[in-house]
Amino acid sequence: MSPSPTPTAGAAGPLLSLRGISKSFGAVAALTDVSLDVSAGEVVALVGDNGAGKSTLVKVLSGVHRPDAGTITFESREVTVPTPAAAQQLGIATVFQDLALCENLNVIENLFLGRELRALRLDDVRMEVRARELLAQLSAKIPAVEVPVAALSGGQRQTVAIARSLLGDPKIIILDEPTAALGVAQTAEVLNLIERLRERGHGVIMISHNMADVQAVADTVAVLRLGRNNGVFDARTASGEELVAAITGAGDNVVARRTAARAAARAGAAAGTGDEGTDDE
Amino acid sequence: MSDTTTRDAAAAPPAKTAAPAGTPGDGGPRARLAAAGARLRGGDLGVAPVVAGLVVIWTVMQILNPIFLSSANLVNLLLECVPVGVIALGVVFMLLVGQIDLSVGSISGLSAAVTAVLFVDRGMPAWTAILAAVALGAAVGWCYAQVFNRLGVPSFVISLAGLLGFLGLQLWILGPNGSINLPFDSWPVTFAQLAFVPPWLAYALVAAGAAALYWTGHLRAAERRRAELPATGERTLILRSVALLAGLGLAVWYLNRDRGVGWMFVLFLGLVLAAHYALSRTKYGKSLYAVGGNVEAARRAGIDVQRIYTSAFVLCTSLAALGGVLAASRLAAANQSSGTGDVNLNAIAAAVIGGTSLFGGRGGAFAALLGIVVIQSISNGLTLLNLDSSYRFMVTGAVLMLAVALDSAARRSRRSHGRA
Repeated sequence: MSPSPTPTAGAAGPLLSLRGISKSFGAVAALTDVSLDVSAGEVVALVGDNGAGKSTLVKVLSGVHRPDAGTITFESREVTVPTPAAAQQLGIATVFQDLALCENLNVIENLFLGRELRALRLDDVRMEVRARELLAQLSAKIPAVEVPVAALSGGQRQTVAIARSLLGDPKIIILDEPTAALGVAQTAEVLNLIERLRERGHGVIMISHNMADVQAVADTVAVLRLGRNNGVFDARTASGEELVAAITGAGDNVVARRTAARAAARAGAAAGTGDEGTDDE
Repeated sequence: MSDTTTRDAAAAPPAKTAAPAGTPGDGGPRARLAAAGARLRGGDLGVAPVVAGLVVIWTVMQILNPIFLSSANLVNLLLECVPVGVIALGVVFMLLVGQIDLSVGSISGLSAAVTAVLFVDRGMPAWTAILAAVALGAAVGWCYAQVFNRLGVPSFVISLAGLLGFLGLQLWILGPNGSINLPFDSWPVTFAQLAFVPPWLAYALVAAGAAALYWTGHLRAAERRRAELPATGERTLILRSVALLAGLGLAVWYLNRDRGVGWMFVLFLGLVLAAHYALSRTKYGKSLYAVGGNVEAARRAGIDVQRIYTSAFVLCTSLAALGGVLAASRLAAANQSSGTGDVNLNAIAAAVIGGTSLFGGRGGAFAALLGIVVIQSISNGLTLLNLDSSYRFMVTGAVLMLAVALDSAARRSRRSHGRA
């Protein structure tokens, strides 16, 4: 299996690789033989229809579910992710869709919730300095770190949630629908943020339903359909129709087209359509 | 209190935090006012409504009866605050995690009965009797927490069952006589009725308090400035300490014209300050607020939610038991009506009137102090007017309704504000 060469991939190969991941809940096969690669400084969009297995895959990565089969390779070591804490220790942080912020606490308190510095006499100076640093690095537009999260907009809350996931200095950040339910400006804000994560060298896995967002920010688009890989696309060259076709499973045609394209490429024709060798089949 | 001022100062630079090397030094008074206004609009009312309410109540009561604000009456008023105030402090912990304990009155009555039986009937030393009563209270809270955590029974149902059950236990313990008098010369009674801080010590304590406020604020501001964070200015710190010194000094002077400041009230103040520290400056305190604000978020942040609930239940019932002991000491008796009547609702009302939200995650230790002063002022003032408890109940009920309505309105405003 050759890892797909992605535009920004480092020389060291992918940071995180999943191979042959399967997971069933009783008789329902949520994931079947799924593979995924993420490199440092790469944004991989994970797309698929409802029930395609995106969330299950994320839960496998974040230690919520254990896969039935398959391997997870992280920094070229084969690892297991038995618990959410183990995922954090490895350096895989997940920002779930519901963000899990406490509205009554301020930005600093939310960032450090559960890992406050100095339990019996809180070191709020050091916490505030660290919080401001972190938000500045993300160029986050938060009015003040002392305001309760209740006073922040959806995009700002997303920023706080992402900043919080960065506290543990993770290598991989998984964002579950980061732009769902956000307005236009706020979506742009979050997309900028994702680009900044990439610049900082994090590997980002972003689940999204919004093809425009995906194409705006992702390097690679991995499509899941009915719990299986259904193609990996280069986000800059793949067209929206192509992605939608792969997602909805007008896919038979896509497979046919891709096979044809690959055959054409092998035959030496100019492959300018952005198809690349993928690891499925 | 010191917390709010620094928060003001920190929020004062209105610009983005994108420049972390924010301007050190004090935000101007105008910026601070704007920040306070923003917080108010955001639904964080703080202590403003209750202080305003207290001023209104005191003015009205003084107009109706000029004895109300006399030294002698205020000395009494403060002592009367303590037993239910201590119970209210426990209720604050419960409300902060978004739960409620309706049985605090019964637990305080039970603990009064246990203290009296062990101390008077069994002849145990007072310390042992009191410790046993408080330990019983803690055990009750622990049992509540087990039922709550393991079976998921809502706290108000658990404590409603406790309300009735422990009232029964109290009556059973007191036996057929139904009333046990504590000897007047025993130290608990002396402590609650006759022990007053000597004037020089009272002034010294006030001075020490003001100095401590200045010194902690100074160290904190210096540390913040070193870290290039906005900090409270020296002038504000001095002003704040001088204001505290003058205010408390004046109060102590006024109370000293009569009997002075009761040691029991000092005990209450000490408990409030300790609780304030625990809530605002420790990881445990933040966990309480987090659980009250969003349990799921707290759980995902790695907080042991069940342990936090257990601690809140145990603290609440322990403080209720301590309040019961203090009430019995003050009355020099434990009887069938100990902890019954309006004790329960007064304790909960005090916490809510003081600014602790019924919806969890908002409020603080000073809420218990402010709230109980409001409640006792109403009760004391109406008693001075020779109005019986029927009026007291109605007025207290109305004030409680007002406080909860304010809380709900603030919450609604927060919601619309947050979504904006």
